[in-house]
Amino acid sequence: MDEIRVLTPNGMLGYGFPVKWFKRALSMNPHVIAVDSGSTDSGPHKLATGVMTCSRAAYTKDISLLLDAVNEKKIPLFITSAGGAGTNDQVDIFLDIIRAISEERGYHFRIAAIYSEINKEIIKKKLRNNEIAPCGPASPLTEEEIDLATTIVAQMGVEPLLKVLNESEVDVVVAGRAYDPVSIAAIPINNGFDPGLAWHMGKIMECGALCAEPAGKVMFGIIRKDHFILEPGSLEERCTAWSVAAHTLYEKSHPYMLPGPGGTLDLSNAKFEQVDDRRVKVSGSKFIPSDKYTVKLEGAKRVGFRSIFIAGVRDPILIEHIDDVITRVTEDVKDYFKDISADQYKMIYHIYGKSGVMAEYEPVKDFKPLELCIILEVAASSQELATAICSRARTELLHCPYEGRIGTAGNIALPFTPLEIPLGEVCAFNVYHLMEIDNPVDLFPVKYLEV
Amino acid sequence: MNKKTVKLKDIAKVIRSKNAGPFEITFDIIFKTKEDYEKVKASGVLNKELIASIYSLDPQRILTFVFYDAANAVKITIPRMRPQGSVGEVDMHGAQQYVPLFDIEVPIGA
Repeated sequence: MDEIRVLTPNGMLGYGFPVKWFKRALSMNPHVIAVDSGSTDSGPHKLATGVMTCSRAAYTKDISLLLDAVNEKKIPLFITSAGGAGTNDQVDIFLDIIRAISEERGYHFRIAAIYSEINKEIIKKKLRNNEIAPCGPASPLTEEEIDLATTIVAQMGVEPLLKVLNESEVDVVVAGRAYDPVSIAAIPINNGFDPGLAWHMGKIMECGALCAEPAGKVMFGIIRKDHFILEPGSLEERCTAWSVAAHTLYEKSHPYMLPGPGGTLDLSNAKFEQVDDRRVKVSGSKFIPSDKYTVKLEGAKRVGFRSIFIAGVRDPILIEHIDDVITRVTEDVKDYFKDISADQYKMIYHIYGKSGVMAEYEPVKDFKPLELCIILEVAASSQELATAICSRARTELLHCPYEGRIGTAGNIALPFTPLEIPLGEVCAFNVYHLMEIDNPVDLFPVKYLEV
Repeated sequence: MNKKTVKLKDIAKVIRSKNAGPFEITFDIIFKTKEDYEKVKASGVLNKELIASIYSLDPQRILTFVFYDAANAVKITIPRMRPQGSVGEVDMHGAQQYVPLFDIEVPIGA
């Protein structure tokens, strides 16, 4: 084969895409439709509690259009990181969605499901063998944190998909958590194309047409022997050498050394060239296999419950003394709840107009705002306790005296009832580590089914 | 010698911040022209120490500070104050942390 053509409908399955431009891209005869559905970017909640990034209705809408295309063109569909976190349950929900759509439309598909939850005992054993290290600035892993994590998934590399491609003819692959570019890189790598180019094309295309100007959804990629070509599905968007090079930086720790499962993508000599008005040619991307194969583990734990209040301040005298007032309120609340140990709750003030957006990173310290918005975040072991602490702080803040006070009837303007707002569970990422493995296939079991 | 300076925001096409995983925030500064990029790179004004002082960090905690010629870009990655989405989070996506970079004065004189 001289080239492999890949169609990505959007950067995140479930976010929707323009049907017109998807159909245009489909008419360019892709060998595969590949899309990722996952990200850690909207927080630890999904992994800790199992909630999905989008609603079932939103996934059904996107997947229906993709299955229509699979049925019409007889090309496979690869979906990775099902549901957002890529847990086993989320893979099964996607299978269920596909089953329901297929029954309704009379489609028959052979499906491979690849699971990516990792047994905690395996992880503990690896930890004891010193085969787990933090990924970036995360804390070293402990057995206690492994137990606290609700679910731990590993980002699979391309190998489990290659196994499926080589042992069975499938119409659809639904994978759990995967390295984002895997669905795009799989067929090119399986057909012997340069893995550096395949991974780089995947890295760019997994965000859909985010690399286009203006940014869009549908992206079409063609990989050849020594380069790949990118073209947005929409005729109203264009890829430029600049926009594609700039996108290469997006959400990465380093601009040209991109570590992934099994090796590092080295873009130090990557070349971005304009082919015509809307297309860009990329070459020079290299893949450097690593000595030891590592996968990234992701896990999150439940840490308690949160309540907040939201309050506005307009009085310039209070604004001037706000730090003292908050110290006083905090002391009063601590005293009131002194029968509860201090590690059972946390109070954090978010003060908009001062340092609400940047907190400790805010370099501007001497700004005089017209108004402040104060949000008190209370995290505690139960929702009731979080709300009770929030309430005590709110009433104290409403009425406490301060130096030079003239407005004596109330210190804060409260926009909403309930005055204290319960936010539900609060979660935290506690596993974000690289684990050495001997076999990049065995960790990720495959199940075949027909619908 | 021409000591004329401009603010970074006036010669950059993109200045942005975003999470790079749940424990890092990464900044991209992408220049409008190769010429401006090369001048700023050569001037040495943009460096780890400056970034560290803006974000009240020890320079050793800066994870990445790299000029990337292929994109006329500078990439800087720093640790998050707290893991993304945990108690006390102020910016779930790290999307608004770039603003203090706007006003960095850089020389463009010949």
